[in-house]
Amino acid sequence: MSSNFDYRNINEKSPWQDITEGNQIYQAATSVSFNTGEWRTNTPVLDPDKCTQCLLCTPACPDSSIPVVDKKRLDFDYDHCKGCGICAAVCPFNAITMREGQ
Amino acid sequence: MGIRERLSGNEAVAYAIKQVNPDVMPAFPITPSTEIPQMVASYIANGDIDTEFIPVESEHSAMSATIGASAAGARALTATSSCGMALMWELLYVAASNRLPIVLTLVNRALSGPININCDHSDSMGARDSGWIQIYAENNQEAYDNFLQAYRISEHKDVHLPVMICQDGFITSHALANIELVEDDKVKAFVGEYEPEHYLLNDNENIAVGPYAVSNYYMETKKGQITAMRNAKKVIQEVGAEFGKMSGRSYGLFEEYRLDDADYAFVMIGSAAGTTKDAIDELRDQGVKVGLLKIRVFRPFPAEEMTAALKNVKGIAIMDRAESFSGQSGPIASELGAALFMARSESKVINYIYGLGGRDYTVDNAKGIVTELRDYVENNKEPEQYKYIGLRSR
Repeated sequence: MSSNFDYRNINEKSPWQDITEGNQIYQAATSVSFNTGEWRTNTPVLDPDKCTQCLLCTPACPDSSIPVVDKKRLDFDYDHCKGCGICAAVCPFNAITMREGQ
Repeated sequence: MGIRERLSGNEAVAYAIKQVNPDVMPAFPITPSTEIPQMVASYIANGDIDTEFIPVESEHSAMSATIGASAAGARALTATSSCGMALMWELLYVAASNRLPIVLTLVNRALSGPININCDHSDSMGARDSGWIQIYAENNQEAYDNFLQAYRISEHKDVHLPVMICQDGFITSHALANIELVEDDKVKAFVGEYEPEHYLLNDNENIAVGPYAVSNYYMETKKGQITAMRNAKKVIQEVGAEFGKMSGRSYGLFEEYRLDDADYAFVMIGSAAGTTKDAIDELRDQGVKVGLLKIRVFRPFPAEEMTAALKNVKGIAIMDRAESFSGQSGPIASELGAALFMARSESKVINYIYGLGGRDYTVDNAKGIVTELRDYVENNKEPEQYKYIGLRSR
């Protein structure tokens, strides 16, 4: 099963016969495609003008919702950000503010 | 020809474990557990087997570690009894829903309180809805034989469910009896090597075990579990027949004792079936057609098979060695009663509770039950339902 296993073939429309024994998943890093940001109640917003790219926010994120490419942080990964606000608290330049709601 | 020995039920199962030589055995090393882990630990210390024994700090941890070992790819087992099993409760469901082929050797003893260390079936009967296969023994020979068959059932590709091998506390677990052991090489060939398809320690496969599965997946998962449980019926019978070819002792879902032409039947589980057989032999000598259906496999529940075997019986005494506190019946009577109704049975049924907390159950008790059953069938004298056997009363 594992060689041609693709977790995307198992979804909310799958018949019971397609659910693996014990719900086992024979693939790595599948959580990337699972949108856990939907239960966020507060949302961090980046002000690119204030951001100095010091990157202090990146390691402070308990998830991995601040992607970094070529030593520069990009905008938030809102599919996985839970809105905890730690990034906003650690930013020395007030470049991140928390907006109420999604 | 097997090897003649004299062993207690605990010794018999420990010897079976030695012959199977499983990979990992986490167990709580003191009471309420049994002598079984102690005996296995001795086998390991003496270099007889290379099972990894993990002395854990509680029964909750015993089952947790067994689950971890099994998920990792090991042939794993644990042993417990009574309140020890109660402490495993949460993890029993995890083992079953994760479809892990674990074996648990259980010595059936009463649950507290009052504090009591003696035999009844309240521990495993309480766990009857946890998703485990349950196989019960009448005596030490059956306890030994059942363990040797356990992994063949649990590891079968159509099953992949944990199996509970149950024997009666003290009556079976501590009493010495003659037993015939199977030769080591035959056991090895019968049980075989465990080669799991998916396991955590497989370098060549990424795998997640026990993930979160919300409402959209939970019912489909349960349907998979119950399908495996239903499949187990056939597998248990096939393995029991194959075991018979090897050892001369075949096993099915239940045993029928002088049931063919019986007007009256007992239905029960465990060691008290032996006492009942003695009563049946005496009554048969007097011309009373009595028989016994001794349940070996309670999960999956052999409803259709049992009602078919009981279809010509006029009166049935369903014997429960556990109280379920429904106020209506014990667990066997509740399930078999429903099965008989579904099968449009016209048999008259009485439910008895016996042997709680190690209370004796005698040949005279069994004979008295048949007298009541006959009075019910022949004279339509309705007895007290759901009656406690041997109860002192004002």
